[in-house]
Amino acid sequence: MSFAVQGRFTAAGRGVPRAREAAADGAFRAAAVAAALLVLVLLGLVAASMLWGGLPALRSFGLRFLYGTEWDPVAKRFAALVPIYGTLVTAAIAMLIAVPVSFGIAVFLTEVAPAWMRGPVGAAIELLAGVPSIIYGMWGLFVFVPFMADHVDPWIDATLGGLPGVGALFSGPPMGIGMLTAGIILAIMVIPFISAVMRDVFALVPPPLRESAFALGATRWEVVRRVMLPYTRSAVVGGIFLGLGRALGETMAVTFVLGNSHDFNISLLAPGNSIAAAIANEFTEADSDLYRSSLMALGFLLFVVTFLVLAAARLLLLRLARQAGR
Amino acid sequence: MAVSRALHRRRHAANLLGLGVATAATVFGLIWLVWILGTTLANGLGAIDPKLFTQMTPPPGASGGLLNAIVGSVIMIALGVVLGTPVGVMAGTWLAEYARGRVLAEAIRFLNDILLSAPSIVIGLFVYALVVRTSGHFSGWAGGGALALLMLPVVVRTSDETMRLVPPTLREAALALGAPKWRMVTLVIWPAARTGITTGILLAIARISGETAPLLFTALNNQYWTVDPANPLANIPVVIFQFALSPYEQWHRLAWAGALLMTAVVLILSVGARAALRRRQ
Repeated sequence: MSFAVQGRFTAAGRGVPRAREAAADGAFRAAAVAAALLVLVLLGLVAASMLWGGLPALRSFGLRFLYGTEWDPVAKRFAALVPIYGTLVTAAIAMLIAVPVSFGIAVFLTEVAPAWMRGPVGAAIELLAGVPSIIYGMWGLFVFVPFMADHVDPWIDATLGGLPGVGALFSGPPMGIGMLTAGIILAIMVIPFISAVMRDVFALVPPPLRESAFALGATRWEVVRRVMLPYTRSAVVGGIFLGLGRALGETMAVTFVLGNSHDFNISLLAPGNSIAAAIANEFTEADSDLYRSSLMALGFLLFVVTFLVLAAARLLLLRLARQAGR
Repeated sequence: MAVSRALHRRRHAANLLGLGVATAATVFGLIWLVWILGTTLANGLGAIDPKLFTQMTPPPGASGGLLNAIVGSVIMIALGVVLGTPVGVMAGTWLAEYARGRVLAEAIRFLNDILLSAPSIVIGLFVYALVVRTSGHFSGWAGGGALALLMLPVVVRTSDETMRLVPPTLREAALALGAPKWRMVTLVIWPAARTGITTGILLAIARISGETAPLLFTALNNQYWTVDPANPLANIPVVIFQFALSPYEQWHRLAWAGALLMTAVVLILSVGARAALRRRQ
């Protein structure tokens, strides 16, 4: 191989005219620059095309698009509070479950598990991230929704539904379909992302820091709480934001179990909608330009929000990387 | 003395509790994995049948297979790879070889990482506006283009990272022999980074093989046999979506069979690629 390579190198000096070689060099460089710039332009184009497509809807409905609840394809009146509320609530439920569980998994993988167990268990958790989202949706629809309807929803309705004030969140018919089910499935989907970030940043904690804490007599749990967590705080929050960005934009899993209802209902047990699910369900069936434009406007909203969340996540993660000198 | 013993006991208890809860959280995570994969396997294995690979997707009530969907998926994934890989590798090459230390390169890396986790349904909408709307109909080209866009950030990132790991002495040696930069890149850097770049492409293929949302309004679906990407193309994910949400038992069986096939392909690709990467490191 080294001979062949050398032969082709020196060919540049011997046979191939130098001008042609220089032209090839320039062309290669130009192609590389163009490809890299394409990545940059692409994000701008995506945002611009969503905005362009959504503009007619935003113009005709104004700010009401964000807080109204009517979604009426026949009368061509659209306002998106129901999907916006559903997106925020399902993502919030997902975070409430996924953050502590991911933290636990990261602690287990770095502090508790014996060395031989870390690789396989870590890989198994990562496998959850590999399962296609439509599989979560199918499993959710055929297995988890009936499970929730039979075992979980009635219990929640009976125990929490009567509470003053917050009871309204937890009462409703035990259908299994709804925002609570969707939130739990989202949690399972983002756990591998958050726990992988946490595990990786825990590994960046300088060993002398941990060792000095142990030398002072700290327990493992105290080292995690008082040394590792403070040191990695910004990156841990970054990992959580990364998971949040995923949860906000996840489509297929949620579409199967959310019920696709456009009636506003505050209860977590009631069918709802989300931005991504509304687009997935309705876009091909949208029969008027205003309908399509309203869905595009929702897409624009989703893109802007996830962009901000993911950008914050990256900045927080970069901060630790710089601190650790990588 | 008594105080310190009580304190010791409390700290010890907190330690056990914290680590115990962490272990429980891991078990909790693994239970879902087993439950989901177990369900897919149990339902999918029962529906696997040689007819899957020889017959078209059936109308409601009739029996059939998934041949047109399998072929459509393969065509669109191939389109995605052909369109996405060269651009991704070239962009990674620029980031790693031409733009060291430049602010623009850092900005592109940053945006690429965001693109990596951007909602795939938005990419589908974008391609709809760009291709489907202007051409006036759904097509396999649009589906392949959407998949290429989803592949791009994965390929850019892995090729950038692996090329940056190539030792500088190799570059210096090539340049000292009088090689122009493009020959140095194509004859030294790419071969040296080959494993990493290939792994990135495999991971990207695994990702796009399971994507549904961006295909819903680009490739749509097609009940009939076609291999021409100018038409709407059947594909496994959208067929699963439609069949699973239908009320027909026969369609459910086919959806589970498709789900098992797709999950197996995706997991084998991604686990294999990761294992190869780890061995390399």
